[in-house]
Amino acid sequence: MAESWLLRGVLPYGEGAPVDVRLADGRVAELAPGLAPGSSRVLEAAGQVLLPGLVDLHTHLREPGREDAETVETGTRAAAAGGFTAVHAMANTDPVADNAGVVEQVWRLGREAGHCDVAPVGAVTIGLRGEALSELGTMADSAARVRVFSDDGLCVSDASLMRRALEYVKAFDGVIAQHAQEPRLTVGAQMNEGVVSSRLGLTGWPSVAEEAVIARDCLLAAHVRSRLHVCHVSTRGSVDILRLAKARGIDVTAEVTPHHLLLTDEAACGYDATFKVNPPLRTQDDVDAVREGLADGTLDVVATDHAPHTSQDKETEWGAALPGMTGLETALAVVAETMVLPGRLTWRQVADRMSARPAVIGRLEGHGRPLAVGEPANLALVDTGAAWTVDPAASVSRSRNTPFAGRRLPVRVTATFLRGARTHGEG
Amino acid sequence: MSGAGGSTSRHLLSAGDLSRDEALLVLDTAAELEQVLASSTVGKLPTLRGRTVVNLFFEDSTRTKTSFELAAKRLSADVISFAAKGSSVSKGESLKDTALTLEAMGADGIVIRHSWSGAPVNLAHHVRGAVVNAGDGTHEHPTQALLDAYTVRQRLGRLEGLRVTIVGDVLHSRVARSNVLLLHTLGAEVTLVAPPTLLPVGVETWPCAVSYDLDAVLPKSDVVMMLRVQRERMGVSYFPSSREYSRRYGLDVRRAAVLGDDAIVMHPGPMNRGIEIAPEVADGPRSTIVSQVANGVTVRMAVLYLLLGSAEPAIGVEVTRG
Repeated sequence: MAESWLLRGVLPYGEGAPVDVRLADGRVAELAPGLAPGSSRVLEAAGQVLLPGLVDLHTHLREPGREDAETVETGTRAAAAGGFTAVHAMANTDPVADNAGVVEQVWRLGREAGHCDVAPVGAVTIGLRGEALSELGTMADSAARVRVFSDDGLCVSDASLMRRALEYVKAFDGVIAQHAQEPRLTVGAQMNEGVVSSRLGLTGWPSVAEEAVIARDCLLAAHVRSRLHVCHVSTRGSVDILRLAKARGIDVTAEVTPHHLLLTDEAACGYDATFKVNPPLRTQDDVDAVREGLADGTLDVVATDHAPHTSQDKETEWGAALPGMTGLETALAVVAETMVLPGRLTWRQVADRMSARPAVIGRLEGHGRPLAVGEPANLALVDTGAAWTVDPAASVSRSRNTPFAGRRLPVRVTATFLRGARTHGEG
Repeated sequence: MSGAGGSTSRHLLSAGDLSRDEALLVLDTAAELEQVLASSTVGKLPTLRGRTVVNLFFEDSTRTKTSFELAAKRLSADVISFAAKGSSVSKGESLKDTALTLEAMGADGIVIRHSWSGAPVNLAHHVRGAVVNAGDGTHEHPTQALLDAYTVRQRLGRLEGLRVTIVGDVLHSRVARSNVLLLHTLGAEVTLVAPPTLLPVGVETWPCAVSYDLDAVLPKSDVVMMLRVQRERMGVSYFPSSREYSRRYGLDVRRAAVLGDDAIVMHPGPMNRGIEIAPEVADGPRSTIVSQVANGVTVRMAVLYLLLGSAEPAIGVEVTRG
């Protein structure tokens, strides 16, 4: 069993007066001011914000297949450094996680590494080919207990197949997480279609290609009474459609990434493929809309879409580069910068968007729980006075493709605990 | 090894990089070079002797490649052609590694043609030598715009206030992008004419007017620039057929007849005779197509001279290496 810790002087959810928190036997054992150390190891954390451990619904760990970009071990270590205690590992590995063998392998590697819990995502269709359903039920019944299914990276664009997938996973309380991208509208697409793409001569990825699929899927989910999750929402139109769908009572949830909360397509101007991502960075108006959507709950969660790539896949012509950016280590700080500091979200709401709700959507037990005595000690400590400059070379992730290099971020995760054991932090 | 080291390097990556003064300097320099060459017996100037210019063509282009080669040779530079086919590039070498190789070899100037937009910008981050964009994807082709401007000025005596109409596949045209930027800088009024499918989303923010109606615009045009229509665009429904395209947007004899007396007709080549331009118009007295080719060499000489001719380049942008 993990040693006992005493976190001294922390602010649960950044609220109220400082308290001490004792972690013992994997749980929050005591939560009160002035606790005696006893045999606990003391962590002086005066004034730091205590949050439930973060849960990422959208992480690319790259193993199996691209261990040169990331492994389950390095990716989950990066997750712990970012305050995460659970991540959902996307299915677009090589081989694809479209069967019980691969999802159990990823799940087991996560357990062995021990930095955070790994919940594998199963591919909706065999080989991500969008043609036939994978053995979704077998993956659900496997040791990996898969509940989230996604062809992420590719859209389940066939309406009939999407309908069947939405229906089928109801049997085991699963959810389809859709990468909304109409493929015919995005042939050869390189960046957001708009003023900047017209200037740069890069093939556009129009907002409507995302919005049309989201609208269709919301209607399908309503028709078959299933739940739907929408990955990485990036446009104002998508937020509007989701707001309408929720008002109609459709069981849809949605996520936004930290990079879509902060960056715009202007970042493409130097043709630095670090900023190439799918869906692409959009306009300031879209950024404003996803911030509003996250604030009012239309967008339920922040998910990183952590997508590590090797330098040879990024230091190349924009068109030849792979899309994606890392995000686990910077996610909370970017949310603080874009949402907390400007007063759009409280820390308690951050805990809701980055821990409680993603855990509910992923049906993850033991995560996303409130900060209370008796709950699992899955926790993150945040120093709100420790601004730092992002240095790609200092990444815990094996890859360096952070879009925030050189950027000053306002807060830093100083410690992470998984069932009472420290997975990140020093001293 | 020749010495790129020490001096500041500037690059020509976009027509938008040029200020009005810089653009005029290129045109004036080209005019001077033309005169000097006309009076020279050897047809060559010693200006870039000992300097190395690399032609790095990742995409086939006989005319632009030959034009740059001639320009560099007429300035007495050592010219190396590094065609992508048959080199290590076709064996999967990255642009970065190619750049580092050229850098190690001491290239003073690198002329790059690439099928991906932005590749010249990427290259400029890795080399000390001056990078000249000879056409990148659907982005830009700044020396084409310069030679077009030079040709217009040669024929009509000025650029300021001229009404220039660019007709055709603007969406995929690097020539159109560079021409809009440069002509705007030089004070011309540009109108783009194309079917709506061949105009980029966002074109309304460009410094030009837009029309779908060629017949309405032609009588008010001093210069008509026809863009090449690629037949493969038909397969993806940018327009229904080349016949319909030609009927609505082709410069045929009937349309050319409504042009003003002094109006000129341009085409960057290669042409689709009978589609975007009728043979009679292409070969007629208004056509500048042949002089555009000749002027291409002169203008590219001016660009190379201004970028490489002295320790402090007279035109272009600086790019941080790293």
